[in-house]
Amino acid sequence: MSEFSVELRDVVKKFPTPEGGEVFAVNHVTMQIKNGEFFSMLGPSGCGKTTSLRTIAGFEWPTSGEIYIEGEPMGHRPPYLRPVNTVFQSYALFPHMSVAENVAFGLEMEKTPKQEIKRRVGEALEMVKLTGMERRNPTQLSGGQRQRVALARSLVKRPKVLLLDEPLGALDLKLRKEMQLELKALQQEVGITFVYVTHDQEEALTMSDRIAVMDGGVVLQVGKPVEIYERPNCRFVADFIGETNFLDGEVRAIDGDRVTVYIPRLKDELVGTKASPVRIGEQVVVSLRPEKTRIIENKAKMGNCFSGKVLNIAYIGSDTRVFVDLGGVSLKVWEQNKISTLDPEAYYERGEQVWVVVMPENALVLHLG
Amino acid sequence: MNPHRRSPLVVVSTALVYFFLYMPIVVLFLFAFNSSKTNILFEGFITQVGPTEIVSGNVIQSPCGPFHWFCELAKNVEVRNATRNTLTIALISTLTSTIIGTFAAIALQRYKFKLRTFSEVSLYIPIVIPEIVMGIGILVLFSQLFTLLNSALSLIGDSQLTLGLTTVIVSHIAFSVPFVALVVRARLHGFDQSIEEAAMDLGANELVTFWRVTLPTIMPGVLSGALLAFTLSLDDFVITFFTTGPGASTLPIYVYGLLRRIVTPQVNALSAVWILIIFVAVFLTQRLQSRQAY
Repeated sequence: MSEFSVELRDVVKKFPTPEGGEVFAVNHVTMQIKNGEFFSMLGPSGCGKTTSLRTIAGFEWPTSGEIYIEGEPMGHRPPYLRPVNTVFQSYALFPHMSVAENVAFGLEMEKTPKQEIKRRVGEALEMVKLTGMERRNPTQLSGGQRQRVALARSLVKRPKVLLLDEPLGALDLKLRKEMQLELKALQQEVGITFVYVTHDQEEALTMSDRIAVMDGGVVLQVGKPVEIYERPNCRFVADFIGETNFLDGEVRAIDGDRVTVYIPRLKDELVGTKASPVRIGEQVVVSLRPEKTRIIENKAKMGNCFSGKVLNIAYIGSDTRVFVDLGGVSLKVWEQNKISTLDPEAYYERGEQVWVVVMPENALVLHLG
Repeated sequence: MNPHRRSPLVVVSTALVYFFLYMPIVVLFLFAFNSSKTNILFEGFITQVGPTEIVSGNVIQSPCGPFHWFCELAKNVEVRNATRNTLTIALISTLTSTIIGTFAAIALQRYKFKLRTFSEVSLYIPIVIPEIVMGIGILVLFSQLFTLLNSALSLIGDSQLTLGLTTVIVSHIAFSVPFVALVVRARLHGFDQSIEEAAMDLGANELVTFWRVTLPTIMPGVLSGALLAFTLSLDDFVITFFTTGPGASTLPIYVYGLLRRIVTPQVNALSAVWILIIFVAVFLTQRLQSRQAY
């Protein structure tokens, strides 16, 4: 048995455009998904994540490259001969069949004995908490319930890999959060490899063991949620995952992990941490997470301290979001409200003169792109 | 002003629509019970039951009572033959054109291919072409083809290819296919193709997917198309007139023949039966469809 559940080797998928040209939906993607892993493909729409998933499922065949499932090359094998099952964004429940019939469909295709089908359908529905709904029609279910039926229908086949294409996209926020936790718990319970496609970075961070961030058909970074968030390897990843501030600059000095960058806007130097390989003299971008940037009222005797003026403030309960004008750049700073008070002195005011400080380990120096 | 108050204009126009739609049918039904043989004036019902007795052109007594003309109809061999022909033609042409039309609609919906627009337009053109033009076209085609084949295969006598039931069936299939395709395509519009992918994903091959998932989902459309094809075939006159041959006359052709000689209430009786059958068919299809629509 292969170490990897799913492997994409140099997969390319081109589609013809209406103008007669060609567009790379997936551009030389290589990915290795481990057994029992919750693996997410994350990116904006059109980044190639869904196409990648569809090539694994067999709905699309790669233009070049190969998909391996459990170490076996899939070639042009049709979907019904692959040991994977898919949960669709639109649920794709069969409208002319009851809940139980929907779930039983896959087992009937395997010619499973009737008695066993009945037992396994019952178990699957119990797992997704839909016992008692067997005879309902999909139209009589809520969005969340339909989603559960789609899950049960796929899981009842006991696939090696479950592919999920934005399965929570159509649900409202509260239900989505509930289902996120449920899905994760379910995955740990059944121990199946989940390949999850989403454009929601929070969802990917919450659920995944590892995330592949994609853009323009290319995988930009693969890593654990903490690696993706704390050590993005390029500007796009830093921007797409969470919120951040960018300052353009030029590398002046490199000392191990520490990089000194001259920021023309601030007319000052900033010491940051190397997050992607850079050279002296290179034009780079420094990423400052709003929650890792501090505001102080008096100039501190330390590096990375810049004067600014409060442009705007937004009190949102747990945090106060402060926007500081820093040499013409609006810098976002999230200040956690750790003390419960009504005293206006405790909060910043518009137009106030302040200082912004950043620890060198919180300023990530990234190459452009 | 009460928005639910019915405007007299609406009431009058609705009444008029119903009057003009259904009055001819009511009159037709009424005349099926006419005691007059000539069917010009309504001379009253046949009230007496007994051996047939005719007084100055009026049937005053019949073994079937008021249903005299229906009994006459049942005894009429020509009518029975015409009915059999009509139903044979309608059933075969409906079945065939529904299958062809459904697949044509699916192909047009699903695949992008060269000449797709051309195929689509050429499929729907027969709907707008005057029937008489199509009728003449089909007749010329058949007669030329048959002349050619007859001489090429040196067929003589009874084995010669002639116009008849088969030519009528073929031409009925030809004009029904576009209608079926049109109706099925309407149903396919908005068809969620991901349910087919889901079926394949769950282990169904292409054939099983079509049979278990695609077809049941578009069934209401297919049934509507079939019903349309069936009724079109049942009452087609023009194309049948051009393509029919000896011994293959259908009910509309037979009725037309009767009208040229003498209009007896038999025609009305026949039409009454006809309309009743169609009503039942339409009603059943509607029931079937409303149960399947979700």
